Amino acid sequence: MYRTNRRQLLGSSAVLLLLSSRAARATIIKGALPWTPGAADPPTAVIPGGWKYFTPQEAATVEAFVDRLIPADDLSPGGKDSGCAVYIDRQLAGPPGRLEGFYMSGPFQNGTKQQGLQSPITPAQHYRKALAALDTACRAKFGNRPFADLTDAQKDEAIKGLEDGSLKLDGADSQEFFKLILTDTQTGFLADPIYGGNRDLVSWKLIGFPGAHYDYRDWIDRHNERIPLPPVGISNHPNWSQ
Amino acid sequence: MRSRQTSLQRAWRALLVSSSLCLPAVALAAGIDGQDFNQTERGRYLAIVGDCAACHTLPGSGHDLAGGRVLETPFGGLVAPNITPDPVTGIGAWTDDEFINSLTKGTGRGGARLFPAMPYTYYTKISRDDALAIRAYLNTVPPVHNEVSPDSLPFPFSVRANMAVWNYLFFAPGEFQPDPNKGAEWNRGAFLTEGLAHCGLCHTPKNALGGDDTARAMQGYALQGWFAPDLTNDPRRGLGSWSIEDIATYLKSGHNKTTAATGLMGEEIDRSTSKLSDADLKAIATYLKDRPGDPANAAQNQQPALPAPDGTDMKAGQQVYADECAGCHKADGKGTPGLFPTLAGAPTVQQSDPTSLLHVVLRGALSVATPTAPTGAGMPAFSWLLTDEQTAAVVTYIRNSWGNNAPAVSAGDVGKTRAMLVERSD
Amino acid sequence: MAKKLPRKDVAIIGLGWTGSILANELTDAGLDVVAVERGPWRNTATDFSISYMQDELRYRIQHELFLRPAQMSVTFRNNAGQTALPVRNWGAFMLGNGVGGAGVHWNAETFRFLPSDFITKSHLTQRYGANFLPADMTVQDWGVTYNDLEPHYDTFEYLCGTSGQAGNLKGKILDGGNPFEGARSRPYPTPPMKQGYGHTLFAEAAKQLGYKPYPQPSGNLSQAYTNPLGVSLGQCTFCGFCEWFGCANYSKASPQTTILPVLLRKPNFEARTECEVTRINLDSTGKRATGITYVDTSGEEFEQPADLVLLCAFQLFNVQLLLISGVGTPYNPQTGQGQIGRNFSHQTVSAALGFFDKDKYNFNPFVSAGSIGMCIDEFNGDNFDHGPLGFVGGGYIGQVQTNGRPIQITAVPPGTPAWGSKWKQALKDNYLSTINCGAACHGSMYSYRDVYLDLDPTYKDRFGRPLMRMTIDFHDNEIKMSAYLTDKYAEILQKAGAKQVVKQPRKGPYDVTTYQTSHLCGGAIMGDNPGNSALNRYLQSWDIPNLFVMGASAFPQNAGYNPTGTVGALAFWSAAAIRSQYLKNPGPLVHA
Repeated sequence: MYRTNRRQLLGSSAVLLLLSSRAARATIIKGALPWTPGAADPPTAVIPGGWKYFTPQEAATVEAFVDRLIPADDLSPGGKDSGCAVYIDRQLAGPPGRLEGFYMSGPFQNGTKQQGLQSPITPAQHYRKALAALDTACRAKFGNRPFADLTDAQKDEAIKGLEDGSLKLDGADSQEFFKLILTDTQTGFLADPIYGGNRDLVSWKLIGFPGAHYDYRDWIDRHNERIPLPPVGISNHPNWSQ
Repeated sequence: MRSRQTSLQRAWRALLVSSSLCLPAVALAAGIDGQDFNQTERGRYLAIVGDCAACHTLPGSGHDLAGGRVLETPFGGLVAPNITPDPVTGIGAWTDDEFINSLTKGTGRGGARLFPAMPYTYYTKISRDDALAIRAYLNTVPPVHNEVSPDSLPFPFSVRANMAVWNYLFFAPGEFQPDPNKGAEWNRGAFLTEGLAHCGLCHTPKNALGGDDTARAMQGYALQGWFAPDLTNDPRRGLGSWSIEDIATYLKSGHNKTTAATGLMGEEIDRSTSKLSDADLKAIATYLKDRPGDPANAAQNQQPALPAPDGTDMKAGQQVYADECAGCHKADGKGTPGLFPTLAGAPTVQQSDPTSLLHVVLRGALSVATPTAPTGAGMPAFSWLLTDEQTAAVVTYIRNSWGNNAPAVSAGDVGKTRAMLVERSD
Repeated sequence: MAKKLPRKDVAIIGLGWTGSILANELTDAGLDVVAVERGPWRNTATDFSISYMQDELRYRIQHELFLRPAQMSVTFRNNAGQTALPVRNWGAFMLGNGVGGAGVHWNAETFRFLPSDFITKSHLTQRYGANFLPADMTVQDWGVTYNDLEPHYDTFEYLCGTSGQAGNLKGKILDGGNPFEGARSRPYPTPPMKQGYGHTLFAEAAKQLGYKPYPQPSGNLSQAYTNPLGVSLGQCTFCGFCEWFGCANYSKASPQTTILPVLLRKPNFEARTECEVTRINLDSTGKRATGITYVDTSGEEFEQPADLVLLCAFQLFNVQLLLISGVGTPYNPQTGQGQIGRNFSHQTVSAALGFFDKDKYNFNPFVSAGSIGMCIDEFNGDNFDHGPLGFVGGGYIGQVQTNGRPIQITAVPPGTPAWGSKWKQALKDNYLSTINCGAACHGSMYSYRDVYLDLDPTYKDRFGRPLMRMTIDFHDNEIKMSAYLTDKYAEILQKAGAKQVVKQPRKGPYDVTTYQTSHLCGGAIMGDNPGNSALNRYLQSWDIPNLFVMGASAFPQNAGYNPTGTVGALAFWSAAAIRSQYLKNPGPLVHA
C-alpha cells in the first residue's frame, strides 16, 4: 500500500498563503481552483497486532466480551475473530477515544436525557474504569474469576446484568457502559475493515451489503433481484486478485 | 530606437494590410477590434502564440516575463532570463537586431549562443516584421529589475560555444516558406505549428544530443513527468479519430467530446491556445490532420484488441476498473462528454509510452478550466491505494479494452514511473 | 489590534450556497467581492475521492466533513425553566464547515414551498378562523409570495440541473408530478431520477390508496448536464453515500459543481478560507455596517472594510453574529419585544419501519441516492382539511430512503435481543427486506412564542464569545400532526405488503441527541414591517440597510419541505433586488 503525503499547500499559483509577521494560516483562493498533485486524504488503516490502548488484561476482557455480544456461529465468526476488540482498541487510542473535536469546555453539569452527553469522562477513561470494575464485580459474583475466565453462560449472565443494571460497577454506570461497548462492538462489526473490525468483510457478507462500490447504474432498474457483487472495502478488494 | 521602429512600423503597415499571412479576422483578445493592426497588439498576440510566458514568467511571482523560472532540460536546469524592458537585468538595452536574432538565429546579447530550450529552432520561421512586433509588445511590458543568472547548466553543457556544433547538426534557420500546393489555411497552420507555436518542442522525440528526431516528427516525447502524445494522424495513437473541429475545440477550451487537457498541456492551453482566434485554431487543426502517422504502426492499428500479453491479469484490471474508475469513466469506457474523458478509442491511453496515463492514475489530475469550458473537473490520486501490480493491471486493461490496443504495462514500469513522479512537486 | 485591510465593495460571511450565489451575482455586476469562510477549501478529487468516500464511520458517524463542536457549538434546553447545556457532539442536526457549506453534504432534495406556505398566517386564519391557531403560535406571512419567487426557484433549479417531473406547468396539472405544487413556468431541467424497488413499491401502494405520488425533486442528476454558467455535472451513480458525504463524481449539485469554477476565475473575487468572522462592525450611529472582523488560524485579527456586508452563514450562526454584533434588538420571550432570535423552528420528522418477507422482497437499499424517492403531498401544508383534525401544518410523506449503510440502517423487529446470535440472525434476515426511511414524514414546524434563540449566559466559544442558546420543544400541534402523518405513512407501507410496520411518530420532548434533519430556521425572519421581522422582503436588515442576511434564518416558520430550494430562490431574489435597486441607490429598499 502506498501513501502520499498529507496535503501540503504547494506550488499552485492559485493558492497563496496570507503572509504576516507570524506565519498565519489563511488560504487565499483567487483566480483558479486550487490543486495539489498527488494529494489524497485516505483513512489511516489499522494494522492488527498488539494493543495500542488496552492492557493485556483489558484486551482479554474486551475480546471475551465482544465474542458474546457477537458469538461465533453458523452465520459468521464471533466478535473477537471479526476484529471488534482491535477496532475498539484503535478507536480508544486515537482521537475518538479522547472525544477530540467535541465541545469540552465547562462547566459540566448533569442535564436531561434530551441534552445528551454532559460528562468530561472520555470513552478511553470510561472503558478503563468500567473494565476494571467489571472484573471486580465478576470476582465477587462468580468465585473470584475475572470476566474473561468465566464460562460462556456466566459471561452472558454478567452482560445481562450490565444491560439491566442489576450488576453494579464500582465507579461506573453499568447500563451506560453496556450501551457504550455494545454500540462500539456493533459499529466495529459493521464498519469498513480498514478500521480493524469486520475482518474479511464478514458482516457485509452476512447481510448482503456490497460495501464500497460506487456505481450501481446497471442495477437501479433491476428490482427485487439479488445483486451478486461480493463485498469490497476501501482498501480490501478480494476481487482484485483472482 | 523607438522612432526608428515607428517609421518602420508605418512602412510595413501598408504592406501588412494586404498580406495573406495576416488574416483580417484575427481576434486578439476580448473587446479588441480585429481590424486594428497596431503593431503592439499584433506583437502581443504573437507572444501568446509563442507562449513566452510559459518559460519567462515565474508562476506566482506577479511579475510577467521577468524570468527566474527553472526549465528542465535533459542536461540540467536552465533559468529563463528576464525579457522585460529593464535596461540592466532585462532586454531593454538590446538592439532590435539582437532581439530578432534571439528568435530566429539562436544568438543573444553580443552574439552569445542560446541553448535551444529557447525554441529558436522553431521561432526561426517568423518574419523580421513579426519579431519586431513582438519586440514592440515586449517594450510595453512593465520593466522589472530581476537579476537572473544565465549560466546554470553543469559543465560541459554550460559551454555555449558548443552550440555551434549542435546548431550545425540540428538547426535549419530561415523564414517559413509556404507550400504553393496547399491553401492559405494549411499554410497558416503550418506556419503556426512549425513556428511560433513550437508544438514539436514537446511532441517530437529527441535524439541523444537533444535535437529533434525529425524522422519521427510529432510522434510523442516524454518530458517532466508526462508523455506529450503523438500528434500525427495515426488512428490509434494520434489524432486520426479526431476531426478538425475536435482539435480546434480542444485547443480553445481544453476539452472536447472525448478528452480533457491537464498538466503541462492544460497550462499551455490556458496561457496560449485558448486565446488564439478560431481561424488560427482551425488552421493548426487543418495542418495537423494532414500529417500521416508512422507507417510502421499500420499493421497493429488494424488489429482489434489483442488478448492480454502474458504476465498481465486483465481480469484483475477489470475489477479494479469497475470499483475505482467506472463511477466516472463508465463500464463501457465512454465517460461523459465535456466532463470525464472517454477511454474507449482514446489516443491518450494508447500511446507507446504510458507515462501520462500512469501520471493521472497515480497523482490524479485537474483538467484545465477555460472561459468556454469552466468546470475544471479533477481526477483523484490513486497512488495511495493501488500497488504497482494493481496499477499495471488496470492500466493494461484500459489500454486493451473497448477496441483499444496498446502494449501492456508491467509492475516494474509502474514502479519506475512512481519513483520518478514522487521526486516531482508538479 | 486588528490589522486593517484595503476596502472591498462587498464582504460575504460564509461561502456556502448563498455566499456563492451572491458572490457570483455581484461580481457579474462589477463589484469587488471577498468571501470569508470559517472552514477549509473542499475539492471533489481530493476531499471526496471515489477511493475513500464510501466510509460510513468516518463521515456519517464521526462527521469528518462537519464543523467540530470544539470550534463552535450551541447550547440547548427545552424551556426557560431549564439550564441550557452545550451540545458537545452533534445529534439532532449536523452543521457544515468549509467552502460549499451544507451544499457539500446535503442530500440535494430540492423542493419549492407551496404558495400557501408564504401566507401561512392569513391563509390559515381565513380558512379556519384565528381561534383555530394555538394562542402561542406566532406564524406570520413572509412578505413575499410564491409568484415573486417562482422565477428564482426556476433559476436555482436550472443552476443545479434539478431532476424532476413537473406537476403544474403554467396552471396545467401534469400526470406523474405533484398536483399540489405552485405553477411553474418551465419543466425541470433534467428528467426525474430512476427509482429503486422500495420507492416504486411505495408509489404503487400510494396510488392504490388514491394518492398521487411524484418523484422527489433531486439535485442528484439523472443525466449529465451543463448549467447556464457553463459548468457541467455528471450522472448520479446511486452510490448510497449522499447525505453527510461529498459527491465523488460531480453528480450532486453543490457550490463546487455549479458555481465556484466560474466564480473563482473572476479577477474581482477572492475567497479567504480558515478565517472565522467574529463580528460585523457598525459605525458610531449603529445604523451602518462598516465591514467585518475576522481571525485566522493563528489568532491574528483582521478588519475588512466593505460597503456592503452579506451574512451568508448557517442559520444559527447568522443569528449569533447579529446578536454579538449588536444588530437589531434581541428577542425577549416575556415581553415579545425584539426581533433577533424569535420564530426559531426546526422540522417535525417521523417514520415507520416496514419489515417485509425476506423471501419475497429484496430492496437492495444500498442502491440509492440522496434525493431518490417517491412522495405524496396530500398531507402537506394546507392541502387537506384540518378542521376536524385539530392541528395545522403538514408535510410530504415519502419512501425517500437514501442508503443501506449498515451501521445506521440495520433495523431489527421489536423484541429482537440487542445482542447475541438472535440479533445477528435478525440483522441478516431483515437487512435487504426492510424499508427504513428516516424522514419519511417530513412535517412542518410552526413558530411559537417560547421557541427562540438568544446568547447563552455561561458557555463560550474559543474567542470568548457567547454560544447561541436554543430554547425549543415540540408543541401539541406538531405532535398531533406527526402522529397523523405517521399513521398515513404506515397505511401505505401496509398496503405495499409489509408484514410488520413499527410506527415511530415524533414525540416530545425535543431531543438534541437524535437526528431530525438540519433544517433549522428563523431567528432573523423576513416580513413586511420592522415591528414583526428583522429583514424586509429583500432580506435587507431593517436596522442596517447595507446588511443583508441570507438563508433559512429568514423563514418565519418552517414548512413541510426541505428548505434549500427556497433558500436558493430567496438568494437569487435578493441578489436581483441588490443589483437592480440597491446598487443604484443604496439605502432601505422598503419604507414600511
